[in-house]
Amino acid sequence: MFDFSVITCWIDNLLRVEWGLPDFWTLAIEFVLVGVALLTAYALIALVLIYAERKICGFFQCRIGPNRVGKWGLLQVVADMIKILTKEIIPIKRSDKFLFLMAPFFVIIGSILTFAALPFGLGLQAIDFNIGVVYILAVSSLGVIGILLAGWSSNNKYSLIGAIRSGAQLVSYELSAGLSLMVAVVLAGTMQLSEIVEAQSDLWFIFKGGIFAFVAFVIYLIAGHAETNRGPFDLAEAESELTAGYHTEYSGITFGFYYVAEYTNLFIVAAIATTMFLGGWMPLHIPGFDAFNAVMDYIPTPIWFFGKCAFCIFMALWVRWSYPRLRIDQLLKLEWKVLMPITLVNLAAVAVAVTM
Amino acid sequence: MDIASITASQVIFFILAAVILAGSVMTVVSRKLLHAAVYLLFVLLATAGIYFLLNYHFLAAVQISVYIGGILVLLVFSIYLTSQVGEKMDEPGIVKKTVTMLISMGGAVFCFWVLCTGQFPYADQIHLNEIDMHAIGQSLLGTERYQYLLPFEAISVLLLACIIGGILIATGNTKKED
Repeated sequence: MFDFSVITCWIDNLLRVEWGLPDFWTLAIEFVLVGVALLTAYALIALVLIYAERKICGFFQCRIGPNRVGKWGLLQVVADMIKILTKEIIPIKRSDKFLFLMAPFFVIIGSILTFAALPFGLGLQAIDFNIGVVYILAVSSLGVIGILLAGWSSNNKYSLIGAIRSGAQLVSYELSAGLSLMVAVVLAGTMQLSEIVEAQSDLWFIFKGGIFAFVAFVIYLIAGHAETNRGPFDLAEAESELTAGYHTEYSGITFGFYYVAEYTNLFIVAAIATTMFLGGWMPLHIPGFDAFNAVMDYIPTPIWFFGKCAFCIFMALWVRWSYPRLRIDQLLKLEWKVLMPITLVNLAAVAVAVTM
Repeated sequence: MDIASITASQVIFFILAAVILAGSVMTVVSRKLLHAAVYLLFVLLATAGIYFLLNYHFLAAVQISVYIGGILVLLVFSIYLTSQVGEKMDEPGIVKKTVTMLISMGGAVFCFWVLCTGQFPYADQIHLNEIDMHAIGQSLLGTERYQYLLPFEAISVLLLACIIGGILIATGNTKKED
């Protein structure tokens, strides 16, 4: 397996030793480099996902999807991106300007912050927190604030209703999402993401953890999917009742922020599920099959990571285009009366099974 | 302080401190409730940033998830349902203003006095290594000296009672409506 920390250490060494820069400038340059790399990845992943969503949605609805701009419509998303950048940001009369303009930034910062801790490959991780899982759960709660502020400051009934729905939904589904991740923490015995990935080097948790890990994985996918505000849980922006929910009044790039954040949140949920249950960047290793394991090691770790993410994302899209929208009472009933009890029992059971 | 000898963490500290100071003043001064809540959010975020700077990542993450994910969301929700865009709080009277001014000035002077005259023997001994999560977990759930199993369990029972109470109140209301 190629260790990407070779490249990052080489850059660090180049700045510190070869060019002889002081600590301050080395750190400053490295912060900027990491920031630029993560932001580029953020934008690119969103672009790729938007294209994938359109194509897969077309496939489910027996259409072709985008096919005019570029080969197979590949340039369609780029064209759309340029279009949204040139659009006017329309100021809303009698809205709360300060909060109205700030709300999209909370949504997007909440999801960018999670990128800092995601292990994209061996050595491809910006910060390896001791408490990686808690950090990811904590910063993803920033997005709720952005949605609530957007709904309130637009001074619009539909936005307000959408934001209240979304707030109730996010706050309740955060619980089962967090608790189902704890199953992987119990199995790995650590909260550090790199060690959780290492703990799956003999076999991924989804296979190794038996029924507990499988149940937790499925519940995390459902709860995470609900947290991204996408169908069948998209009643916060239900277009047939609320126009576009909390981002009805947004235009131009401020709307673009919500759009991009929605798709990267989809990726983040898939990436967390991958890291916690499907082994992250860890290649498929089966104990006893040494030749097979050695062959698997030749596939670069980012390909494993993004491949597994693509699988999870495809599942999410499949669900989105197959099920009708839930009502708010059904949504909360699903969380509080079905998912939460199952998660709690599952967590207790896995704790007993591990200590036995 | 010499400009050349400044370190990256000092720069970050000054930025965070400026955000905390400006944010706390704005939280109190702002007459729009939701604006005040957002300034408070900045203060809490910058405090979490200082914990990150001190390498106490656990406390930082807890700060974000409890204060921002929990308390601030509740706060915003309650402001949400009770106020509207454009609504402002009433301007406080001159007596209220002067009393608050005096009290806060007194507090500031007191803090300065403590900072200037006080001794901080442990300030140089701060170890900036990351605190191991296992150590935190064991001191929370141990029964020996400087370990906190009893408070931990007491708080858990209290929280459980709160949750059950919440459910009871919620179910009681629906029965009445039927």
